[in-house]
Amino acid sequence: MTTTLELLGLGYWSSGLPGVDAAGDFLRDGREPEACPRRPAPDLLAANERRRAPDTVALALEVAMQACRDAGADPARLPSVFASTHGELSITDFMGRTLAESPGDVSPTKFHNSVHNAAAGYWTIGAGCMAPATALSAFEATLAEGLLEAAAQVAAGEGPVLLVAYDAASTGPLASVSASEGLLGAAFVLGAAGSGGRALAIAPGAGEATPATGALARRHAGNAMAPVLPLVEALLGEEPATLALPAGPGRVLTVSVGARA
Amino acid sequence: MLNKTHAPVVRTWTATSAAGHGRQALNDALAARRSGLRRNDFAPFDGLPCHIGRVDGVEDAHLPAALADWDCRNNRLAWLGLQADGLLEAVARLAAEVGRDRVAIVIGTSTSSIGATEEAYARLEDGRFPADLDRPRIHTPHSLGGFLQAALDLHGPCVTVATACSSSAKVFAQAARLMAAGFADAAVVGGIDTLCGSVLYGFNSLGLVSEAPCRPFDAGRNGLSLGEAAGYALLTRDGDGPRLLGWGESSDAHHMSSPHPEGLGARLAMQGALDRAGVDASQVDYINLHGTATPKNDEIEAGAVAALFGPDTWASSTKGWTGHTLGAAGILESVIALEALTGGLVPGTLNAQTLDPACGPQLRTGNGRRDCRHVMNNSFGFGGNNCSLLFGLT
Repeated sequence: MTTTLELLGLGYWSSGLPGVDAAGDFLRDGREPEACPRRPAPDLLAANERRRAPDTVALALEVAMQACRDAGADPARLPSVFASTHGELSITDFMGRTLAESPGDVSPTKFHNSVHNAAAGYWTIGAGCMAPATALSAFEATLAEGLLEAAAQVAAGEGPVLLVAYDAASTGPLASVSASEGLLGAAFVLGAAGSGGRALAIAPGAGEATPATGALARRHAGNAMAPVLPLVEALLGEEPATLALPAGPGRVLTVSVGARA
Repeated sequence: MLNKTHAPVVRTWTATSAAGHGRQALNDALAARRSGLRRNDFAPFDGLPCHIGRVDGVEDAHLPAALADWDCRNNRLAWLGLQADGLLEAVARLAAEVGRDRVAIVIGTSTSSIGATEEAYARLEDGRFPADLDRPRIHTPHSLGGFLQAALDLHGPCVTVATACSSSAKVFAQAARLMAAGFADAAVVGGIDTLCGSVLYGFNSLGLVSEAPCRPFDAGRNGLSLGEAAGYALLTRDGDGPRLLGWGESSDAHHMSSPHPEGLGARLAMQGALDRAGVDASQVDYINLHGTATPKNDEIEAGAVAALFGPDTWASSTKGWTGHTLGAAGILESVIALEALTGGLVPGTLNAQTLDPACGPQLRTGNGRRDCRHVMNNSFGFGGNNCSLLFGLT
């Protein structure tokens, strides 16, 4: 079965390519901005919070805000789905080291930032949003499961819905088992068919994922959220495209992107 | 309002916690008002003076050889939980009935198998994970969902929901949506969380852990007792059983680890569940509250319940039996509410002697019996993430 959605807004940030336009320039002619901050500084957070926020929180809030602006949507009103393979790996590394060495040094802030829904929490607080927010994970199928949940919310009449997909760099001993490099995030405001956006049809089924061969996909292949890159590439293009996202063992989520509206 | 014929049927359910393995043991403990809390003996973190709701037998719940790559304490508890109340067999029957690729797994956890990651850091060899723990799939949140997908051999959508302490309440809502949208015809929902250093020392750092067994809604309460649990329910479109009539999800938009001062998010979640079900607050017979026994949560939840419900609704927290099982609290306490709905035993609030003045007439300390038609479960988590579920007989 196929479910049709529409893309109303897109946000993007990756290490070295801080935005949708930068990603588009890179895809078109390989051009990269001369300077790019190590991580984004979303203005949704107060200055002191912005400095202390974990990378994944800064990243997720930045792309979420971009997508809302692009869609002309009020962030305070959108239900949201936060999809991250690993969450904040630097905090997992911190907790592991601290618990092994001196458990009493676990700090309240590190602890509440360690939850997988930390970005969702900061987003709803920053945006003053009392709508539902969720946070999920599913190995390489994380994006596909996020799309399914967002599509199910839209189908239930809850839309438009904000979907945010992101992962950050791994660090310490953890990096040998949970590999992930740099920062990579994308956000999508998704509405029902007839909302005036670009068509996005999704269909779960059996199959093998499309190999990620695009320039953006190759550039950030080391990030755990790399499965989002072929979708971003398709959305940066003008033409219709179909791709199969990994959706678990032997399963794919086929996404058909319509021509740019 | 949800059309009741489309509200998912809860076909079977089970829970394994410090209050016992499976429904019978849980009901026995509830009826006998026998707490499962014990003095902290969870090595190597047993230096923290507190009480814990530890599940007996987790260490001995060895996984079958084919699942050995998934071995860790959290997945052992998940496996132990599958053995109770014929859940494994019920899943197999369901898969035969609707097809393996039409059954979704939507499973909740707060910390998944981070206990294995903690152990690896305690046993680093030349700065690397020791060989027996050098298994990427158990050091990430989806360790739990991935394990269940392998253990149950289901091929539908499979996702781990991790919204802290609301996780395994939200799985009911997400599964119902997946079914309504046609992405699945049935779902295994539930949640598993195990004790680990991160939560023991994390909650301790927030000053939220009580040294004595937790006393939810008691005027003198001084914090929570942490626990662990595994629980599951099977949702289908048709069949016999109570139905998930409504759910309400909301965000506090207030603070990462402290509830909204007026309980706005909690009220939105409860009202949302009632509205979706088309059920009036006066029709709710029992609410299993979040009731963690932290000073703030209980004061605010009690106020929100008193504002929304009349004196004929009974409400209690069962965390005095099990401890706060975090990402498993939603399923464990939904199971308790479903048992009240179908069996009539409505548990009170263990360890509460003198109720907080914020409590309305709904809050009950003693057990009681009543024929319930509608029961609710509240689960509220860090990040201001709230979920209320409404189950009913139709």
